[in-house]
Amino acid sequence: MLSHYDQYRKLKSGFMSALAIFCALLVVLPLILVFFYLLKMGFSSLNWNFFTKLPKPAGEEGGGMANAIVGTLELMGLALVMGVPFGIMGGIYLSEYGGEKINSCIRFGADVLNGVPSIVWGLVGYALVVMPMGGYSALSGGIALAFIMIPMVLRTTEEVLVLVPNSYREAAMALGIPRWKITTSIILRTAFKGLVTGVLLSLGRIAGETAPILFTALGSTDWNHSLKEPLAALPIQIYYYAISPFDDQNRQAWAGALVLILLVFLLSASVRILSSRRSK
Amino acid sequence: MNPVITKKTFSMSDQVKPATSPTSASASVAGSAPSSTPAPAVVPPGVAFDIQDLSIFYGKHQAIKNVSIKIPASSVTAIIGPSGCGKSTALRALNRMHELTPGARHTGKILMKGEDLYGPGVDATLVRRRVGMIFQKSNPFPTLTIAENVLVGLRLNGVRDKTLLSRRLEESLRMAALWDEVKDHLNRPGTGLSGGQQQRLCIARALAVRPEIILMDEPCSALDPIATAKVEELIHSLKTEYTVVIVTHNMQQAARVSENTAFFYMGSLIEFGPTEQIFMNPKNPQTEAYVSGRFG
Repeated sequence: MLSHYDQYRKLKSGFMSALAIFCALLVVLPLILVFFYLLKMGFSSLNWNFFTKLPKPAGEEGGGMANAIVGTLELMGLALVMGVPFGIMGGIYLSEYGGEKINSCIRFGADVLNGVPSIVWGLVGYALVVMPMGGYSALSGGIALAFIMIPMVLRTTEEVLVLVPNSYREAAMALGIPRWKITTSIILRTAFKGLVTGVLLSLGRIAGETAPILFTALGSTDWNHSLKEPLAALPIQIYYYAISPFDDQNRQAWAGALVLILLVFLLSASVRILSSRRSK
Repeated sequence: MNPVITKKTFSMSDQVKPATSPTSASASVAGSAPSSTPAPAVVPPGVAFDIQDLSIFYGKHQAIKNVSIKIPASSVTAIIGPSGCGKSTALRALNRMHELTPGARHTGKILMKGEDLYGPGVDATLVRRRVGMIFQKSNPFPTLTIAENVLVGLRLNGVRDKTLLSRRLEESLRMAALWDEVKDHLNRPGTGLSGGQQQRLCIARALAVRPEIILMDEPCSALDPIATAKVEELIHSLKTEYTVVIVTHNMQQAARVSENTAFFYMGSLIEFGPTEQIFMNPKNPQTEAYVSGRFG
């Protein structure tokens, strides 16, 4: 038979566990509720037309968000191509070449940039690309999103590269392999999964960014044919449709939101799968 | 002086196959007391490293104090001494690895076969291709297979010839006494081997680039006695073609594998001479105290 004190401790322990579980559920519940609400509101509008047709003029029923879905993917691709190389090379510098003082300056700068509201990046894109070009374009949208990606990728790259044990660097140096080859063929290769994780995470962040593309890519009701043309993207399309007075467009906005959240979910899931498969 | 390590200790534990007892037949075993004689114009035959008045500093701390030594070629030289005496630092200076530590600098000269290792315009990377190094903890590259690990030094230096590569692969693994054990699974990851096998893999990897000199920094300290014996056999077989400099805190190992031994203490070279003489008849009282186990 347990003493009174032991009984009290058991009770207290049980209570704390229950409290912790309750708090965890409290956090997860809104997520689940939002997701199921989106599912309920948007699922009915998800049909073949939604994924393949262009938006119809306001007031007309039907049409879809095909161009917006493709546009989001196109913007992500542009931002990736333009942003990731800078981020990774910056991360390599911090990890392999930098000095103490300059590294802390760079890190501080990257952290500040990571906290910049995305609408500011939209204005930067506007000032740097849209104004000189004289028009809204997919390219400017990609650039604005790339600006968001660069500090994120830089930090995650550095964190991953620093984790590569020094013994590999030493072993490679002792073999007389040139420094840059050590970095590319050995260190980057060892850290590859971590690098991909960092890129996917930043992609997930920019997938849903609306403000930067408002002033740069603008949105469109047609397919995008060139980098110099405006481009439709899911977040913008959702925005325009959600505030529109037409029911059909509102319903499509729900569907678009559902697709967008599924996209982000897919990206996060791949990050998880990649991380768990890490063999060490 | 009483012989403090008898002939019997040379063939130590029964698990270890006794190596042939070290001969003092190697050429020019000069340079015992720390002195600062300038380099002669003619390089005596059979000297791998001519170290002249070397001092190494890490920031303000002086790790190596005015060491002069001539390490003979085609033989095994052991560096012994208590922890922190600078053995590893001295070893790393021989292939310019100590430069990787921030704040490291040196004074003095190291001539490798007559060429100044630290001369102006000498590329450290090229030095390291001629002077290989094996580390205390084996470090095969994790993303590479066994075959890729062995050949990485060649491949990343631009060698593409497939016949040359496969020949080197087999030669290096045979020299490292690992070929029979891994020849059927060359495509397995390098980290899938046991500790002793990994260390031999690292040795094969270092041998594949055909360095002239091999430095070993306590290569057996993380290995069990049987693996240690295999590595020591391997060192023995290397000495005809290569010069080996091995740092070890295991005196019996030094006695087993080396022809000449250098005793370091607190950054200075205390004594250098034929192994048998260092262990059986040391000239310096500090050496005698160390090898007889009175300190360190």
